[in-house]
This record gives sequence, structure tokens and C-alpha cells, in this order.
Amino acid sequence: MSPVTDKDKTPYSWPDAKDRSVIGSRVSRVDGPSKSSGRAKYTYDYNPEGLLFGLMVRSPYAHCKVKSVDTSAAEKMAGVKAVKVVQGPGSEIFWAGDDIVGVAAVDEGTAEDAVRAIKVEYEVLPHMVDDWSEPKSAQEDTGPLSMDDLINMFQNQVPDEDVIARVKRDGITFQPAQEFLDAAGKEGVDKSVLAAIRTAQIKPAVQKPKSPFKKQAAKTQGDPAAAFKESEVVSEGLYGVPVITHCCLEPHGAVAAWGPGDHIEVQISTQNVSGMAGQMAEPLGIPASNIHMQQQNVGGGFGSKFSPDRWAIVAAQLSKQAGGAPVKMMLERRAELEVAGARPSAFARVKLGAKKDGELLVWQSSSWGTGGPGGGGMPPIPYVFDVPNQRLEHTSVATNGGPARAWRAPNHPQAAVLTLCAFDDMAAKLNMDPMAFLLKNIEMTGPRAKTYTEEFAKADELMGWKSRWHARGDKTAGPIKRGMGLSLHTWGGRGHASNCDFTVYPDGAVEIKMGTQDLGTGTRTAILMVAAETLGIPIDQIKLLIGDSKYPVSGGSGGSTTIGGVSSSTRRGAVNALKQVFAKAAPALNATPDQLSAKGGKVFVTADPSRSLSWKEACARIGAMPITSQGKNPNKQEPPDLTNSGAGGVQMADVSVDTETGIVTVNKMVAVQDCGLVINLKTAESQCYGALIMGISYALYEEKVLDPVTGRMLNADMEHYRLAGYGDIPELVVHMMTGKGYDERGVIGLGEPPVISPGAAISNAVANAIGVRVPFLPLTPDRVLSALHKTTSSKGVA
Amino acid sequence: MKRSDPVSPVEEEVEPSGVSRRDFLKISTIAATVPVVASPKTVLAAGEEVAVSGPGKVPISLLVNGEKLSAELEPRVTLLDALRNNFNITGAKRVCDRAECGACTVLMDGKTVYACSVLAIDAQGKKIETIESLSRGDQIHPIQQSFVDHDAQQCGFCTPGFVIATKALLDKYPNPTPEQARKELAGNFCRCGTYAGIRGVVHAGRKGA
Repeated sequence: MSPVTDKDKTPYSWPDAKDRSVIGSRVSRVDGPSKSSGRAKYTYDYNPEGLLFGLMVRSPYAHCKVKSVDTSAAEKMAGVKAVKVVQGPGSEIFWAGDDIVGVAAVDEGTAEDAVRAIKVEYEVLPHMVDDWSEPKSAQEDTGPLSMDDLINMFQNQVPDEDVIARVKRDGITFQPAQEFLDAAGKEGVDKSVLAAIRTAQIKPAVQKPKSPFKKQAAKTQGDPAAAFKESEVVSEGLYGVPVITHCCLEPHGAVAAWGPGDHIEVQISTQNVSGMAGQMAEPLGIPASNIHMQQQNVGGGFGSKFSPDRWAIVAAQLSKQAGGAPVKMMLERRAELEVAGARPSAFARVKLGAKKDGELLVWQSSSWGTGGPGGGGMPPIPYVFDVPNQRLEHTSVATNGGPARAWRAPNHPQAAVLTLCAFDDMAAKLNMDPMAFLLKNIEMTGPRAKTYTEEFAKADELMGWKSRWHARGDKTAGPIKRGMGLSLHTWGGRGHASNCDFTVYPDGAVEIKMGTQDLGTGTRTAILMVAAETLGIPIDQIKLLIGDSKYPVSGGSGGSTTIGGVSSSTRRGAVNALKQVFAKAAPALNATPDQLSAKGGKVFVTADPSRSLSWKEACARIGAMPITSQGKNPNKQEPPDLTNSGAGGVQMADVSVDTETGIVTVNKMVAVQDCGLVINLKTAESQCYGALIMGISYALYEEKVLDPVTGRMLNADMEHYRLAGYGDIPELVVHMMTGKGYDERGVIGLGEPPVISPGAAISNAVANAIGVRVPFLPLTPDRVLSALHKTTSSKGVA
Repeated sequence: MKRSDPVSPVEEEVEPSGVSRRDFLKISTIAATVPVVASPKTVLAAGEEVAVSGPGKVPISLLVNGEKLSAELEPRVTLLDALRNNFNITGAKRVCDRAECGACTVLMDGKTVYACSVLAIDAQGKKIETIESLSRGDQIHPIQQSFVDHDAQQCGFCTPGFVIATKALLDKYPNPTPEQARKELAGNFCRCGTYAGIRGVVHAGRKGA
């Protein structure tokens, strides 16, 4: 910690660049050796004494009713210790692979035998898994609104005036209780809407025709009709992104042991250590304080592991039935792909109007997509650019695919494809370089216009964009066509609520406890770097304990909120600990506490560094009892705000397309990214590299293929659900925007932003290479060839 | 299903969806009407008498990382599950369980194999080396250190398999060409996207590892 000079600064402020020796440097992840040596333990690796293996009977149908369940044969099998009907007779099942019966047995083979011995009769119901066809048959929703209808409209952010108009026109089907109105108010529903509901006519519910389509979010801004009249160039196109699955390498699951006194020990593969017990308490009927949750490492989550899911609950229930023996319930690979992962799809017909000089005047879109049985909301389109005149409408499509889960940067990769691909087509129609087109309209991006402009300049330099770019359609001879495309993105990434405890012992040992988790983003390392920088001691002198619900509560790791949260709480906790160390050490240095600094393993008088104590000597002044301190984020009492919101990034892709086979090869990608103050440059760059690779994967290969005939996922294995492999990865260039203008913003999350742009950038590069747009990702050979030959693609859209 | 003809398993009519690899092995022995108590058991397969084990538990002993490990296991148990569930050697991960992703890669007599697709009973008499064999206490193998240095891991679940596959690559080609690396590492997948770091490890080659 350095002395405070600037009057805006407090002891909690991030140190200036010249005073930083750890923050912003490249540090190898501290848990690297345990992972690369195979010693790191994951939930799946946890083998307590007397372990039983859990497994589920899963629905083979995408839509059905359970008629009967006969578990008698399984219960009699030797080695079967517990059988639990999860969804019994009468239950309606809305997706294939959903849980019907759980079993626990002494080994996996016996559990598999038991699952096969359970007889379930189903009444098969009609299913619907087609989310890509344009929902032309979508009826306008009419009739009085139920409570569910209203909640649905709130969740889909239907404009207030539209909700009020519907309520006035059609009435509602229920007496609006004050609790409902209060709850809606708390969720941010406007008073005018609540007033309309309060005074609405109450009408009997009518049987509405069942339709998977629901008209949802609509928006009009400016005067789109007039803007189209004013436009000199109009561009229209079709774009889309299918449902993809998370494919965490460690599947979802838990090991649960129901102990004496209804205390439960749970190891769980999660992004949300502190938030798990509260979600398990009610279904298990025990206080959350009886649930002890632990996790050292998690083998991937990407947004899909925030809930205990039914699997952890059933594991605990099976353990109880089996007399408290621990039960390990990890999803088998097919289930992991079919039911535990789904990024919502998004498709749109987009029409744009612009002036000949590239000034964009108007956006019109008709979009649709699914998040599974619950339908799905509209992605944030037009993405990043607030086009002055807009008309949007969205149709939610309910399917019998598994329910959606948050996927790294929820809805943004889809929005980027729908928007930036449409912009690219407009630029091509204008015969403009798309970078020039975006820069022409960059003020529409609001506060980040400057960031994007600087980032484009850097990306241009790293890609050689201006010198290498050609107009749409590679005119060189031969079947291999080359092209370049670009995209940009934004994300919030403000730090979440986070608490930590510091203990400084008289021997100089330091311990930090925090109920967070490290998804592999380098959270452990970042916490230690902040503590080491602040206390002026090496990382390896600090012991960090995370991954336990008994530690101070820290938020779930989602939405790129972790780094801002944990770095801020760690900074405050460390400063608070150091204040106490200074108070104890000051007399020995003939100084007052505020005259001291800590750096390089020493506590010294700032004005005269020769008057110093080693860290160990300073801590020896503490006395017999260790010092404790707390760090908290957010904390208005300990300013300033150390985290911020709003990262920006741009990406460029260079691809080759074999026009004879339709195979797309990425030659090079450039990512230029801002995330405020970078804590660990090494792991920050890794986030970007990883995001580019994941982006190449979903741009070229990934699609959750649901069979219209059976309603089942056709590629629920890792041979046919193809991830990008080592050999698919081109030259990758990552540049982090740091230094003046960036650092002083504070810490901003980075997990999501760089994964947003690759789909749009690669799709645009392919269009630039072959001269036509391939409407839907992934850019598989069949889609590329059908776009080239203007035939109908495998997804039925020309 | 025909249960009387002592035909080879591949000719059995089995429901494609309902029968697992383990079932398959079990069915094939039942199909041959092997008396459960007789030992050693034999069946007629392709006109020859062949000794069979199971379907109940049989003693199995494995040589893993230089240590002899024994357990009573059903013949359907894979090498991977034996390592993980019976011997608590958990470095090799179970991900796809069908020889698609490489997270369970181990060395068998010096060659990389997918432990999920080798039966424990068939691994007897072979020298098995898992990721754990590469380090001694805190002293990790240079290739493991190179994974740390190049930040070639994030969640780390694919890492043990990749370390083994990379070691095998560098044992074969100390300074591999990109094409050799692509071929030798084609059997492993990562979800976090650590290939850029792994490329750094490969590029550093044995001299960097």
C-alpha cells in the first residue's frame, strides 16, 4: 500500500501504475501445478467412504405424461440402496431426458442395471422442436390476461404502454392481490402499469388456442416509416444462431451425504458456492444452515451451474433413504448435453435504411427464438448501436427442447450476429469497408464510442485490415476464397457483492477466507495478487481458502462479476488488516501509523525507507492474538468504488472458404479488449484466447440438433456435438487496452465480452470471401454450399 | 434376442438404444449360456473354446504407476472406472466415456489409450501410467510446468489428458511440426479454449519442457 497523496484518493483506492508491482503483471495461476499434475480434486473425483453411485431414469420422449412407474424389481436387486420416484404418475414431461426416477447403488454397474429394471409407462404427447422456421402462423395474443401472462410480459420487457393497452382492452382473469402488485412493483414494474392492473376489468379466463408462438417484446423508436422513405439504400437479410449446448467437461452433479441431525454435506460442481444452500433448503425441508457446501475446483460451467438442479436434491434424498451414505450423482454425457445445457436460439429478418454516405437511419427487425419450453425473450437488438429510428417485434417460440441456461454473455452473441451481420450486408450494399461504416455511425454506441474507435485502430494495425480488405466476394481465381470480417461488443461486468475475512498472525502468516469459487478464470490468483500488492508481501506467503459455504458470502461467478467483486473486497480487507499492522508497528519505527507503507516484504516509514521492519518483525508486534479484518464489496463507507461497468471490444477474423466443399477455415483472429484495470494480464489474455476459440467453435461447428420426428437430441455425444479442436485454431492475436484512460476506470469483468463477437466476425468474413451471406450459424459445409448455390439449406430456409 | 446360439457377440440382435457397452459384454456371456459357478469358464466362439470371466466379480490386478493394485471387479468395469472408483486415482477424467474427448488418456505400455474404452480386465499385465506418475510430490514434470508457464489450462478438466497426449507427442517428435502436433493432439478436446496455451507448450517442445 502506498501513501495517499491525491485528495480524491483514499487508502482503498487502487495504487497508481508507478506504485504497482503485482497488479497488472503476468502471474502464472497459483493452482496451475495442481491441475496439470492431476492432483486437483473436482466434485466428480470425490470418493468418500461408503460412496453410493446415483443414476436417473430419464424420459425417452420430448413431451409425455408419466402413466405408471414400477420400481419393484430394481428395489429387490442386490446392491441397490435407494430408489426415489422423482416425477411420478400424472407428471407431464416437457423435454426428453428429464428425470423420472433416481437410484443409488453400490457401484455404477448396479445403478445402470437398476435403471434398466425400472418400468415406466408413458402417454406420448405431441412435441415441437422446430425453432428455426419463421413463425408466420403466430397469432396475435387475445383474450383476458392471466397472472402468468402478465409475468411473462414483464419478464419479456413488453413496453409499458403495450401492457396497459392490452390490460385495458382485454381485462384480466384474476383479482389482483396487493401482494402480487407489491411484488411486481419490487421487480420494477411501472406504477402506471400497476394502476392499470388494479383497475382492470376482471373477466373469466377463456380457452386460448394452444400455440408455441407468442408475440412478445415490441418497440418503436423515432419514426421508422419516415426514415425508410428518407433512406437512399435499403438492405434486407435473414440471420440466425441455433441452440447450442454448454458441454461442460465435468458434468453437472453433486455428492451429498445426509448426516445425523439432518446435516447435509455436499460437494457440488457449481459456479455459486455461497448461493447453493439457500436453493436446496426448501426442497429438502431442512434449514439452509444445515447444509454445508464445498467445492475446490469446477470443470466448466459457462453459465449453466448456478442451481443445485434436481440432481443435487435427489442425491441428498437418496442419501437419506440409504441411511446417510454419500451419493454421487453426476450426469452421464448424453444427459449433460441434452438437458444440462442450452443457449437460446435467435433468428431475425432485418431491414436497414441508410444514406449513400453510410449514415444509418433506421432498423427494422422481426425476430424469433426459443429458450425451450418457456419460450424466450428478445436479444438486445440492435446491438450496441442505438439506431435513431427503430421498429422491433419478437415472437417467442416454446419448444420441447431442454430449458435454456445462461451461456457466457447471455443473449449478446446472438444479438451481435443479428446486428453486425446485418450491418455488414448494408456496408457491402453501400460498397463501403465495414470498419468505415461502423466508424461513420460510432456515435450511436454512446459512451464507448472513443474506446471502440481506439480499438479499431489497434485491430487494424494487428490485422492489416485496411491494406488487405477487399470488397465483397474474393475475385481471385480458384476454389479457395479468402475474406475478412469484424464485429464489436460490450458487457457490464460490474463486481458482485463479495465479503472476505483476513487473519494476520503474529508470525506474519496471512490467511484469507472467501466463499467464492475459481472457474478456471484465475480467481484464486487474482485475489492473492491484490492481497500481495496491498500487504507488500509475496503471494506464496498468503494462504487463500475459497469454495466453502462456511466462508464469508461472495457472489456466484456469472456475468463477469467475479473479478470486480473479489478484487474489491480483497483490497478493502487487506487495507483494513494493514491499518492494524501499522498501528502495532508504528511505535517501533518512531512514527505514526499514517506515515507507514508496506512493500517488498517490509513495513517502512514512507519518507525514510531506511527506517523499516521486515513484515515478520512488524507482525511480531501484533501480540499473541492474531489480527482480523473484513473486506466487503460494495461498501460506501470505504470509498472509492473499485469496480466499474461497461467493457468494450472489437474483433476481426480472416477466413478461407473452399467453395467446392463448403469448408471454412479460420486463418487468423484479432481481439482487442478493454476491461478497465487488469489484475492479471496473463489470465486476462487467456480469457480472450479461450473466448476466441469458443467463438470459432460455435461459429463453425456447434448446434444442438433436435430431431423433429423423435424430439430427441441427435448429437448428444462428443463425436457429433463437435467442439473446435487443437487443429482448428488459427493464429490468434490478443491485445488488452491498458494504461491511461483505461486503468482508472476500476476493475471490470472479462469472462463474457470476448466471446460475443466471433460468430458475427467469422460470418462476415465468410460473406466477404464468397460474396453471399450464409444466414445461420454454425457455418457448416452444407449451409455454405446452399448459400453459394442458392438452394434450400438443411434448416429449410433459403 | 437369440439366447441359445453360441455366436459371436457382434452377430447378436440387440436393441441399438437399450444396450450399453457393459450390457453388451454381459449379454454376450449370458447368451453363451455359461454356467455361472463353473471356473474356469469357456464358451464356443467362432468355433473355438474361449475362456470367459464374469458376469460376476472376478479378481483383477493392475500395474499402475509401478504399483500392483488388486480388486474384485465385474469384467464390464473399464480401466478408467477402476482407476477412479476403486483405486481413487482420479487424475484421468471421465467426460465423454466413449473414446471421443481424450480426458481419460493414460499410457498403456507406453502408448496413449482412452482409459474409458479399455476394460480393466484387459489392462491386466500391462504397464499403466497415469498423469499422477509424472510428478513426485511437489516436483512436477517439465511438461506439467510448461502447461503452467503457458497458461495452457483453465478449468483444468481436460488438462491431465492433454498433458499425457502432449508428453506422448514430444516423446515421439521432440520438436514437432504443426502438422505432427495437429495429428497427435486431435484426440483431445478442451471446452475453455486453452489450445493457444497448449500450442505454446508444443512450440517450446522438449527443450522448453
